Amino acid sequence: MKVERQLYGYRRENGRVGIRNHVVILPVDDISNAACEAVANHVKGTLALPHSYGRLQYGEDLELHFRTMIGTGSNPNVAACVVIGIEENWAKKIADGIAQTGKPVSYFSIEGHGDFETVRRASWKAKEYVQWASELRREPVELKDLTVSIKCGESDTTTGLGSCPTVAQAVDRLVDAGATVIFGETSELTGGEHLIAERMATEELKQKFMRVYKDYVGEIESKGVDLLGSQPTQGNIAGGLSTIEEKALGNIAKTGTKEIIGVLAPAEAPNNGNGLYFMDTSSAAAECITLMAAGGAVVHFFPTGQGNIIGNPIEPVIKITANPKTAETMREHIDVDVQGLLARTITLPEAGDMLMDYLYRTVNGRLTSAEALGHREFVMTKLYRSA
Amino acid sequence: MKVHQFLIHHKGDHVGVAVTDIRAGEKAVGVYMDDDSTIEVEVKHDVPLGHKIALASLKENEPVLKYGIPIGVTTCKWEVGDYVHTHNIKTARW
Repeated sequence: MKVERQLYGYRRENGRVGIRNHVVILPVDDISNAACEAVANHVKGTLALPHSYGRLQYGEDLELHFRTMIGTGSNPNVAACVVIGIEENWAKKIADGIAQTGKPVSYFSIEGHGDFETVRRASWKAKEYVQWASELRREPVELKDLTVSIKCGESDTTTGLGSCPTVAQAVDRLVDAGATVIFGETSELTGGEHLIAERMATEELKQKFMRVYKDYVGEIESKGVDLLGSQPTQGNIAGGLSTIEEKALGNIAKTGTKEIIGVLAPAEAPNNGNGLYFMDTSSAAAECITLMAAGGAVVHFFPTGQGNIIGNPIEPVIKITANPKTAETMREHIDVDVQGLLARTITLPEAGDMLMDYLYRTVNGRLTSAEALGHREFVMTKLYRSA
Repeated sequence: MKVHQFLIHHKGDHVGVAVTDIRAGEKAVGVYMDDDSTIEVEVKHDVPLGHKIALASLKENEPVLKYGIPIGVTTCKWEVGDYVHTHNIKTARW
């Protein structure tokens, strides 16, 4: 089919561009999940984002919780947001943060009202929002308006041979076009962290990156353990990856060749103009993509070897594989099949073209496989034990 | 048309990656992805798709190159054509 070369997206109140039009019902904490899910059941077209945390957190861990909640509601793929929490002050804090984008947001607290009354009041607001959002129209946008995140999973050696270099093609083209791209997976850079450090735009960023990297790996080592047994994973090993270094070099292959202009904290929004950024994240897929979406990414490239099935509720995930077995046995999950790279029947630039075509189609509204299959993994990153 | 059974990232790498299941005793053709040159190796063990074949004879505790970069160290002696995985290579980090 001929791919539409004009991109269409939703330009939000703050000028940021989304490619989906969700009305999110956001729980501040674990015990508000039920009320959020009840509202989403009542009001069709809304999306509850249940998660496991938000009580008795403190310090940097609590800050990350707020940043992830506010970032999620602020994502340009979200048209409007209803926040529900047990206590009024934290619900208000999150709603106030999201309101800075200019998008419609309301908050409700359950204490002193109960679930019934809260669900009743929140449902009225959710209905108003979803009907309002349903009349918003896509308008012409450009590649430079997009923030794209990248992270691979269930990697094997075909990831480094095919699907990650394909993503690198797209990343370089996107950065040249003025888009913003975010990669992360701090511990999975082990063995190639020097390659990332060398690409930092300034000496200051290079030092910041090495500090972040060493903190992450140092924390693992401070537990008296190493990553043997979990890095590479059992799936990675079954796919032929033998060491963390080998896995890291395949992982890094997807970041392309461009200069890196920022080192972001987890869930932090890009802050240095358009270009390529590193974000300090876990390498666990659901946690990583949740943080990247909270940082403002609107579409995700996910190279996979053995077949990771991850999705995200607000950020469409595009799956790419070069593994011919995975492309066959897990084909309902795969959006872009570049096994021709292994057979050498297609070139890397041609694979890049295939992925860019799929990006255009996804931006313009085509559901990705993860969206069609209902994969909505939303997982908060937690830094400390709760108090 | 596919005439190769494995790929090598860089000239000088110590391992190639099978892009099809290879059986013990097969004479397999590999292609270097950086310059399209080829190499033929008699593969000594079954090597499944995605797994690695030794392209160099190495002693124990030598660095192993893939992508032109060390990916770990040998844990025993290797011969050309050996199957390479967690039984004969380990991370250099821990």
